[in-house]
Formats: sequence, C-alpha cells, structure tokens
Amino acid sequence: MYYLGLVVTGVGVLFLCLGGLGLFRFPDVYNRVQAGTKCTTLGAFCTILGVGITQPGWFWKTLIIALFILATNPISSHSLGRAAYKSGTELAEESVVDMAGEFDDYSEEG
Amino acid sequence: MTITARKGDPMIIIATVTVFFMLGAAVSIFFFKDLMNAVVASSLVSLTATVLFFLLQAPDVAMAEAAIGVALVTGIFVIAIRRTERFEK
Amino acid sequence: MNIVTISFLSIICLGLFLSFIRMLRGPTPPDRAVAVDTMTTMIVATLVLIGFVLERYVYLDVALVYSLISFVGLVALARFLEKGF
Repeated sequence: MYYLGLVVTGVGVLFLCLGGLGLFRFPDVYNRVQAGTKCTTLGAFCTILGVGITQPGWFWKTLIIALFILATNPISSHSLGRAAYKSGTELAEESVVDMAGEFDDYSEEG
Repeated sequence: MTITARKGDPMIIIATVTVFFMLGAAVSIFFFKDLMNAVVASSLVSLTATVLFFLLQAPDVAMAEAAIGVALVTGIFVIAIRRTERFEK
Repeated sequence: MNIVTISFLSIICLGLFLSFIRMLRGPTPPDRAVAVDTMTTMIVATLVLIGFVLERYVYLDVALVYSLISFVGLVALARFLEKGF
C-alpha cells in the first residue's frame, strides 16, 4: 500500500512538472490556460490522493481536498480565459480558427 | 535562518528556494508599469510567505496569511485601482 | 525524509521555476494571472507533500483553506479583468 501511494504521487508530480513546462513553452494565453489547468488539475489530484493512500488515516481529508481542487480549478481557469478573451488579448499567429468571435453576443457585457 | 524540522536538514533547501521566489516576485513589483501586474505579483509574494510560515511550523499564521494576503489584499487593491487609474506614468 | 520525497519536491520545484519565469516574462496581465493560478495549484500539492514529510495531520487544514481562499481571490481578479476600464 505504501509503494502504491508513492507511485501515484510520483505520477502526479510528473504531471505538475509537465504543466509548468507547457506554461513556459506555449505561445498564447489560451494555450497556456489549457496547459496550466489540465496538467495541474490531474497532477494535484494524483499527488494529494497518493499521500492519502500512503498514510491510511489521512485518506478522507485528502479526498476532500482533491475533490475540491477537481471542482474549483477548472472554474477559475475558465473565468480567467473568458476574462482574457473579453479584455481583447490577441491570439497567437499560428491560430487557425476563432469560433468565439463568430458569436455576436459574446463580446458584449454579461 | 534556523528551521527545526523534525526529520533533519533538507527543509532548509526548500526554505531557501522559497525565499528566492519571494525576492524575485517582490523585486519584479518595482519594475511593472501596469499596476495589475503588480497586484498579481504581490499575490505571489503572499503565496510564498504562506509556504515560509508553513515551513516554520506555524500553520495558524499560514492560514491567516492565506486569508488576508491572497483574498483581501488582492480584492482591496483591485477595487482601489479600478477607482483610480491603472498605468503608472 | 528520504531520497524519494526529496526528488518529488525537486521535480515540483522545477515546474514552479518554469511558471515563475512565465510570471516574470508574460506580456499581458492574463498571462501572469494564469501563471499565478498554476503556481497556486502546485503549491497546494506541495503543502500536502510537506505535511506528509513532516508527518503532521494538522497541516492538511492549511492546504484546504489555501485552495478555498485562492479560488475566491482569482475569481475576483478575473471578474475585474473582464469588465475592463
């Protein structure tokens, strides 16, 4: 049980490092939101849950923290990306399609 | 800086790295002309201060620093910048 | 604290360093806000890991409170960036 928890924690830690690498390498705000929210949500979930598996008395509290991160991290990243689009940040030069710009009411207030 | 961790010395390395993050964020506040960037960087300073209080084995102070430094200071500075002006001359 | 947890903390510190460079270099304010959001999630994982290293059950409370509070702060910052000037 101890080594299973360490393996899960190691997978989560690798995903956290990959999230930082994606945040450093990607050319655009929206790509950075994508790297920064997906990798770190899975990474933090696996890390915290792996600690809970390693120490069996800690499992329920770590499960609460992991579920809370799983609920709130996509919401804050989505609101940051929406704020970046509405405040007029440009897309990268390599971008192919801007589907949110086709809606007329998206650029208005609300 | 002496940190009395129970399991030996390597906590000092983590504390040193955290202090360097804190210094970098605090110096970068001085060079930002857009004050929104300064607010975001000051949020980072209080984040590293939370980790330092945590390493010094004071979890209650770390909780208070998290509540005040991240939410209250960011909100109050954001409202103040909104009332006045955003870019430094 | 053995070699496994030291390597875990070192790998997290590498990711923190990369996103810190993005916080220093990012051209617009949403870039920096996204970098701080990423660092917040990484640091919550780091707090739980340090609590595991020091073997204190009470330290998990700090991670819970910190994730809750930073969510509120970042949503307030995003609402302000969205409204504009």
